[in-house]
Amino acid sequence: MDYLYTFLIGGGICVIGQVLMDRTKLTTPRVLVILVLSGVVLQALQLYEPLVNLAHQGATVPLPGFGYALAKGAIEGAESGIIGVIQGALKATAAGITVAVAWGYLLALCFNPKPPK
Amino acid sequence: MKKEVQKKDIEAGYAAYVKPFTPKPPYLKNCLWAFFTGGSICTLAYLANNLLMEGGMEEKNAQTLVTVGIIMIAQLLTALGPFDTIAKTAGAGVIVPISGFANSMVAPAMEYKKEGIVLGAGAKLFTVAGPVLVCGITAATAAGVIYWIAGLF
Amino acid sequence: MADRKLGKQTVYFENGPFVAGGAAVVGRKEGEGPLSEWFDFRLKDDRYGEKTWEKAESKMLKEAMMLAMKKTGREKSDIDLVLSGDLLNQIMSSSFMARDLQLPFLGLYGACSTMTESLLLGAMLTKGGFAHNIVVGASSHFCTAERQFRMPVEHGNQRPPSAQWTATAAGAMVLSEKRSSIRVDCGTIGKVIDAGVKDANQMGSAMAPAAVDTILHHFADTGRSFADYDLVLTGDLGFVGKAIAADLLIDAGMDAGLVKSRYDDCGAMLYDRERQDVHSGGSGCGCSAAVFSGYILKRLQQGDLNRVLLLSTGAMLSTISPFQGESIPGIAHGVVLEVC
Repeated sequence: MDYLYTFLIGGGICVIGQVLMDRTKLTTPRVLVILVLSGVVLQALQLYEPLVNLAHQGATVPLPGFGYALAKGAIEGAESGIIGVIQGALKATAAGITVAVAWGYLLALCFNPKPPK
Repeated sequence: MKKEVQKKDIEAGYAAYVKPFTPKPPYLKNCLWAFFTGGSICTLAYLANNLLMEGGMEEKNAQTLVTVGIIMIAQLLTALGPFDTIAKTAGAGVIVPISGFANSMVAPAMEYKKEGIVLGAGAKLFTVAGPVLVCGITAATAAGVIYWIAGLF
Repeated sequence: MADRKLGKQTVYFENGPFVAGGAAVVGRKEGEGPLSEWFDFRLKDDRYGEKTWEKAESKMLKEAMMLAMKKTGREKSDIDLVLSGDLLNQIMSSSFMARDLQLPFLGLYGACSTMTESLLLGAMLTKGGFAHNIVVGASSHFCTAERQFRMPVEHGNQRPPSAQWTATAAGAMVLSEKRSSIRVDCGTIGKVIDAGVKDANQMGSAMAPAAVDTILHHFADTGRSFADYDLVLTGDLGFVGKAIAADLLIDAGMDAGLVKSRYDDCGAMLYDRERQDVHSGGSGCGCSAAVFSGYILKRLQQGDLNRVLLLSTGAMLSTISPFQGESIPGIAHGVVLEVC
């Protein structure tokens, strides 16, 4: 049952992204920003956590899940004061961002783009 | 008195006129592809997460490892070339998951490597990821500050 | 001095200048398209042995110009002036081509309308006696244009079906006061027309009104109509823009049958719509440059065509104007080539 929810919610969030890309004039970067922000806002209203409990990776792997992780980190940090807030967002997402930057940079240095067929 | 034709009326009129000539994206096909590839990536991630936990890993570490794994695979596929071909069909199915964010860093960095590894690749790594991080971190921290202020009273 | 103006926007020539010949260099994908055999040189690899895409584009343009000179039996020392342009910032491909060529050079920017812009200016300079032999040309490259105007090549995104494919191609012609079989008859300078289209994936519909405006002014100035031409060819409106332009022309009172049989678009001719994944057809300076210098010139030389109206169409957007909320201004310049 958990797998079904993961599949349905994960797929559903992607469909929302697809509709945004196809039906509006928004470019891909803007769609990505909107999705991350929606995750932040929903978690600030404490609405995203229930979705994560239900769908697990179906809610955390799509980009709103990244926004959720950022917001969750900052909000949980608030319990230990303003320093906790400042550290919170990046602390919660440090692993993903670090790997994306370092591994991405390494790959970019080693490989070249190929002309499309 | 004849009403003068406004520039925006012409623009709206022309937009309506060209609409029937302009082919539309295959909405249903795109959505189905996005749904099934996106759903599959999430489900596989959940499966990997559960297998890691069965192997004795803590939930938090397993989640982190799965996310990191998706990022690394997506970036490797970008560097080797097939990611954009997959995205052409799968669309949001691979762009909306964290794989799209990962791809958006390597693609411009590789492209601008010829302009140097510092100001080319180094700077362009963040053309798309930059706005996402800036908006995400600012909004999340703002939310944290609101919670902190609310907690003071 | 004879008055060479005709009506509001048209200039006419008598007794030359002449188009001595031309050459087209195209990329791999273009070389696999329906017009393949008409091009003089087809690249196997779009990088053309260079380190960067920009240098590859520059080399293609240089190669097209050298080939055009060679085919018309002219040495570099016979050429008085080079006129060319491309899509890149500060017309990089053309300037770097001119750096290698070491000939007097005037760089032009007319976005994708550069081919007929250079042709028209070259014809006027030759007719005016300011040069004996002029090489004109234009180029574009998918990988240089794409990263400047849209997304990096490996970036995963879906192109909407109305998007066009920037042609990897370069074309060049040699204009001369010396008599040859093709002469430049007249030309119509276009106005910038903006129909308010803001979507960079709808170049065809953004440029179609400019093309139609220039065609109609050309007919008004010269008193001619579709019946006077074997072919009226726009530059890079693609399948969508071609359909819109044809509809607008018929709407303006042109004969529907003639529009159908005598109007076409280079962007719709360069690729095979079914077989090659190019969505709405070709675009870019090189699209019309290669089709005019490769295909059309040879058809004229063979005598299949007698008189043609060529209109390269340009979208005059910059890399920042869409972000400032500006719509896409279009332009088209017409040149008439005639067998004599």
